[in-house]
Amino acid sequence: MTEPTAPRTSVREKVRARQRRRYASERRFRLLGIASIVTAVSALLLLLGSMVLKGSSAFVQTHIMLEVTLPADELAPGGKPDAKALADANYAAFLRRALSKKFPKVRSRRDRRDLYKLISDGAAIRLQNLVVGSPVTVGSTLSFAAMASDDVDQYFKGKLPKGQTGRLSAKQAAWVDALRKSGAVETRFNTAFFSNGDSREPELAGIWGAMMGSLLAMAVTLVLAFPLGVAAAIYLEEFAPRNRWTDLIEVNINNLAAVPSIVFGLLGLAVFLNFFGMPRSAPMVGGMVLALMTLPTVIIAGRAALGSVPPSIREAALGIGASPMQVVLHHVLPLAMPGILTGTIIGAARALGETAPLLMIGMVAFIVDVPGSVTDPATVLPVQIFLWADSPERAFVERTAAATLVLLAFLIVMNLLAVFLRKRFERRW
Amino acid sequence: MIANAPYLTAATLLLLILVGNFLGSRRATSLVGGKTQDLHSRPHYYGLFVAIWTGIPAAIIYAAWTIADQYFLDRLIVASLPDNLASLSSDRLGLLLNDIRNQAYGGITSGAVDATVKEAAERLAGWRETSDLALWGVIASTATASLALARTRIRPRMRARTAVERLFNLFLVVCSLVAILTTVGIVLSLLFETIRFFTKVSAVEFLFGLTWSPQTSLRADQVASAGSFGAIPLFTGTLLITAIAMLVAVPVGLMSAIYLTEYAHRRVRDVLKPTLEILAGIPTVVYGFFAALTVAPAIRAMGESLGLDVASESALAAGLVMGIMIIPFVSSLSDDVINAVPQTLRDGSYALGATRSETIKRVIVPAAFPGIVGGVLLAVSRAIGETMIVVMAAGLAANLTANPLEAVTTVTVQIVTLLVGDQEFDSAKTLAAFALGLTLFCITLVLNIIALRTVRKYREIYD
Repeated sequence: MTEPTAPRTSVREKVRARQRRRYASERRFRLLGIASIVTAVSALLLLLGSMVLKGSSAFVQTHIMLEVTLPADELAPGGKPDAKALADANYAAFLRRALSKKFPKVRSRRDRRDLYKLISDGAAIRLQNLVVGSPVTVGSTLSFAAMASDDVDQYFKGKLPKGQTGRLSAKQAAWVDALRKSGAVETRFNTAFFSNGDSREPELAGIWGAMMGSLLAMAVTLVLAFPLGVAAAIYLEEFAPRNRWTDLIEVNINNLAAVPSIVFGLLGLAVFLNFFGMPRSAPMVGGMVLALMTLPTVIIAGRAALGSVPPSIREAALGIGASPMQVVLHHVLPLAMPGILTGTIIGAARALGETAPLLMIGMVAFIVDVPGSVTDPATVLPVQIFLWADSPERAFVERTAAATLVLLAFLIVMNLLAVFLRKRFERRW
Repeated sequence: MIANAPYLTAATLLLLILVGNFLGSRRATSLVGGKTQDLHSRPHYYGLFVAIWTGIPAAIIYAAWTIADQYFLDRLIVASLPDNLASLSSDRLGLLLNDIRNQAYGGITSGAVDATVKEAAERLAGWRETSDLALWGVIASTATASLALARTRIRPRMRARTAVERLFNLFLVVCSLVAILTTVGIVLSLLFETIRFFTKVSAVEFLFGLTWSPQTSLRADQVASAGSFGAIPLFTGTLLITAIAMLVAVPVGLMSAIYLTEYAHRRVRDVLKPTLEILAGIPTVVYGFFAALTVAPAIRAMGESLGLDVASESALAAGLVMGIMIIPFVSSLSDDVINAVPQTLRDGSYALGATRSETIKRVIVPAAFPGIVGGVLLAVSRAIGETMIVVMAAGLAANLTANPLEAVTTVTVQIVTLLVGDQEFDSAKTLAAFALGLTLFCITLVLNIIALRTVRKYREIYD
């Protein structure tokens, strides 16, 4: 059917056309690869960026500068400041008086009550600590930076949509604006965030309690998981006969490494809490659950590190009369240590960020006190993030993000340490 | 005293062990008159021998005592309570005991404390002190006795090193059994509670029922639904979110791995690979917060601008973020398997004139396919078991739907909601969580075993 007069496309042109198509498809494929990488990296940047944007403002806290008069008749009734009067004095009232002085026109009871709400409940305690710490100030006027309430804080930091005042009434917002104009409002470093436990008041809530909880739980985890894991790795890699049993253990360990973390929480709940009757919410139990979770990671890393020590080391030690146990403990293990430590740190970093199993064993309670021992009720940093993320107050959003930043900082430090160990001590044989 | 006694006992034991170590090696040295070459083992092995035998019996007693004394003290307290309290039902009694314990050991009690509880608490504290002191005495004397006994066993020709090494070997074996014990513990605890659950709710209803509303009445006289435990909506919800996550993670992860292994310059690869792995190191609670705070509102706003009705806790948001979390998982596993494909296959393909993408699509991916499938299965198992993202970003309502814009709930979310908060431990509600946990464990176990086996077989082909 082809027309003999039509110009025949040469084979060469056909090939060229096909080649163009093939090269185009090559370029498309390559672009697809780049696009995936860009997607992944931009997701990472978006995540980190949104945490930094939302969280960085929580590291400062709004304060209202007040000239607080410390009345001598109340603090030092006998002419001299005595401990009882200092302890019993109504410091909140001093702050209220100082604030009223700034707004002499605010008269009605209701308005004044609204005015006093600008200051956090924690400010009075801070003033008390300041005065009790240095009683010389009694009778004088003290310029004191009173912590503002969370609503004022959010308004002043501009966290609210333009024109909105959040939970502040229009009047309260006007007062804050007036204070701002007179230069009496400023942000200072948020020490409460780093030194307090949890609180229902966002401006008083801090991560110190959760950090101590994490530290205690991590200590328990490492104390259990590291020796157990190293011992198991030594046995499986160096001494175990190759038979059904050791195969089973190996499959089992690989599988345990992939079991969902929440299942470990169920184990902890059923065995540690209900069967052995250990205390709920305790870092000890949390640490034990996390240790079981971390154990497979340590064992796998340990075996890899022990396995990479060349047999010549073992043979040389055996040759000069060391027993198999001495070979391992004196020669192989020290050489494998950097690798084992790297694996352990990575496992610990994962355990530090773990939340789900700890919810199961009651570490999700609202705990104000900073835990002092492994049996005190406590919560951990990731669980604190989870709890705050659920809180309705707007001011908790920035605190959640800030706590996330702190957690990420810890993880980055741990991972850098692992990388450093690997780079510094790992030998290639 | 109460707080310090256990530490004191532990410290005493530790001290005795150190003393044993010292005495053992000194005894061995002095037996041969300082000529240590006449000993079978080096002196410190004799020290270790004595130290170990000082520690073991005392440590066993310590552990047994600590486990047992709680039980006996509870029995004693119950026996000493007035009749009207002692005849309470067992769970009420448990609450009361808890109060007494908290009062005695300085914890937080529930509500006001009445006089009987206070008295009982004082008695308990007193007995506790006696028990702790007795334990200290028993530990100290056992350890001293076994120290003396072990020390007399030392002879110059005694094979101390062999004895110590044998014990250490035993310790290593025990440690490697902990992993097995963990699995056994998981299976037994889940199985046990699940069987109890199935005495209350039939297994058929649980596995095939279409409605999930676990709200049972707390008290018998309360008007509430009896609760229904059909887990199908949870399974479909989990599947929906997992499917969304996989739709994100598999293409992106696989293409990233291909680009990094086959195209990227070495230096680019050295930067990008660790960057991607940062994603794997971010805690899941952070992803959950990100999903709830940033992604879900964005999707909702986008949906609204398109005129779609998007739930504020849509499956899409949770699935997308979970997908991001799993990208590095898929990419590093695929990276491994792609790297394991022998260079000869690539060279052969290039020699036939194939372009890079043709080589990848027609040669490398088919060759690496079993490994990639294994990796994807591992990723699926990870997605099914993931908890925090869905707890924070997916809903609680058990909707039976395939619409990604609606809220669904998952197995893990329900485990968390059922178990967080104060619950009676043997209600169908809490037991249901264990049944869900067992289901989760079985599904992920099967996926993991298939995946690990596929990957391993694949590796063997090219090794």
